[in-house]
Amino acid sequence: MKKTLFDKVWDSHVVKKVLNGPDVLFIDRHLVHEVTSPVAFLGLKNRNIKVLYPERTFATADHNTPTINQHLPVKDPLSANQLKALEQNAKEHQIPYWGLGHEKNGIVHVIGPENGITLPGATIVCGDSHTSTHGAFGAIAFGIGTSEVEMVLASQCIMQPKPKSMRISINGKLNNAVTPKDVALYIISKLSTSGATGYFVEYAGEVFKQMSMEGRMTVCNLSIEMGARGGMIAPDEKTFHYIKNREFTPKGEAWDKAMTYWETLYTHEDAIFDHEVTFNGEDIEPMITYGTNPGMGIGISGGIPKSESIQGGAATYKKSLQYMNFEEGDNMLGKEIDFVFLGSCTNGRIEDFRAFASLIKGRQKAKNVTAWLVPGSHKVEDAIKKEGLLDILNEAGFELREPGCSACLAMNDDKIPAGKYAVSTSNRNFEGRQGPGARTLLASPLVAAAAAVTGKVTDPRELMVFETA
Amino acid sequence: MAYDKFRVLTTSAVPLPIENVDTDQIIPARFLKATERKGFGDNLFRDWRYNADNTPKDQFVLNNPVYSGKILVGGKNFGSGSSREHAAWAIYDYGFRCVVSSFFADIFRGNCMNIGVLPVQVSPNFLVKIFEAIEADPNTEFEVNLPEQTFTIKSTGEKESFEINDYKKENLLNGFDDIDYLLNIKPEIVLFEKDAPL
Repeated sequence: MKKTLFDKVWDSHVVKKVLNGPDVLFIDRHLVHEVTSPVAFLGLKNRNIKVLYPERTFATADHNTPTINQHLPVKDPLSANQLKALEQNAKEHQIPYWGLGHEKNGIVHVIGPENGITLPGATIVCGDSHTSTHGAFGAIAFGIGTSEVEMVLASQCIMQPKPKSMRISINGKLNNAVTPKDVALYIISKLSTSGATGYFVEYAGEVFKQMSMEGRMTVCNLSIEMGARGGMIAPDEKTFHYIKNREFTPKGEAWDKAMTYWETLYTHEDAIFDHEVTFNGEDIEPMITYGTNPGMGIGISGGIPKSESIQGGAATYKKSLQYMNFEEGDNMLGKEIDFVFLGSCTNGRIEDFRAFASLIKGRQKAKNVTAWLVPGSHKVEDAIKKEGLLDILNEAGFELREPGCSACLAMNDDKIPAGKYAVSTSNRNFEGRQGPGARTLLASPLVAAAAAVTGKVTDPRELMVFETA
Repeated sequence: MAYDKFRVLTTSAVPLPIENVDTDQIIPARFLKATERKGFGDNLFRDWRYNADNTPKDQFVLNNPVYSGKILVGGKNFGSGSSREHAAWAIYDYGFRCVVSSFFADIFRGNCMNIGVLPVQVSPNFLVKIFEAIEADPNTEFEVNLPEQTFTIKSTGEKESFEINDYKKENLLNGFDDIDYLLNIKPEIVLFEKDAPL
């Protein structure tokens, strides 16, 4: 049978097939954070067992951490307790731990690639649904629950039925100011938040070939928002160039050996997918969401769809617009906003800060806007400073916070107040996601920047100068 | 952790006819700070169930004493979003043992089965019938029969079969978990690891 990229990686990691049941899948790399791991470690303790391969697990603190004054003790006692639990668990089981203040600390899906933990052809899991990010490297990467975290700690395996395969191909060229985030929001708006449930996605076509590694990470990150367990892109020269010489990347002979495996990682041209979807790059414009799930997105110049044009669920749709306090048919352009959040595992990397800075340069933050700019890691923070972006941000009236998940899920103090509108580069606009009662408009760093300097939803193309072809 | 055995459950049900119920609604992130698995039921559907001042929202179904039972019936695409198993824990801790929908998000479905909550996927038409039966009589009973893999509306006798793989079915019937299985095949895993490419 002609194999897909996904088949090749999955099949090479099956330890055992259970009759009329799941596959026992070997996990190469396991990432752990403070929120979804403590009960798993407790499970090991109750069974009186140790982590089987501690060198295959890496721990960081990110979800439940403050993004200011990280050098001070964490004020919230519950958060402090959870961080302490991770530190102790990591120590007891001899797992590398990059806690608050550590130079390698940051959001789990930002630091994995940064440090060479994320590799092509690997199986990678984490108790976090956005683990799909790592698929950008041609890895099978997906989020798991805490019971499964315990399984991986105990046995380096999980038990999963093999998902069906879907290929999403986008050819052509992207328009001006259309970023990887817009590509992903466009796909989700077409497929809906459950359109890829049960599938593992491969992204293919010219648009993804041309995309940077960080852009690919943004797209794969959002695979879960269309219901897919994960998404992946075949590794190419860009991938190998990105990972070479990072701390945990194989070196010397080990690199050569790995390359012979990595070079086999592509979908055979005659391979058959369970489902295929195709879009044109030219059809995509900068996107923004207007509702309470990531599938409720439109091109920024468009209007909010009428409920009669929505498939099924009119009551759910109306409830969603009521929460947002929007009307059917409203234009998104010109809507006043209160907060801007730049960051998260979706858009908290250096290219995102470059894009944001390029648009706000020489302008001023709007007075009605509170902006939270949160780098994905200390390495991203260092790059922002080194490249002079911090000066640009400061001159425009913006400040930079310290790394973490922050307002993406608002577990820490970074909560958008009830009723306020936030243009956010994160991944979920669910009710209350960014704070009880908060109203989220998901968008790219460019759209976020345009909102930050105008105080309202603004088409970034109006503020940018493009070379004419 | 091994869990309760699941065989046949006969009980009334609580209706939540909303689509795309995500795990942030089931349990908001700010309630994920515990290091032990207890007390999550109190915060199940926290922001739909309580006002900001912690007074109950009367119109929400969990605050309506008319509805009770060990089955939660939700709209299409139930459990989307975050992988937090806390969502399944909250549902279990509140007292539900079965969640019914016409479509489940992947990770949520797996999390439920891993802790002994049975996700039952029925056809969209049958889901409507279930909602109608509860609306007609909130005390109406349903039978979830795992050995037979059937879900029955007792008042009308209408039933539908549901799918579950043999391995998971055995686990749920016996209260076994995957870790028992994995620890049992540890020698095979160790052998596999020696030749793992990465």
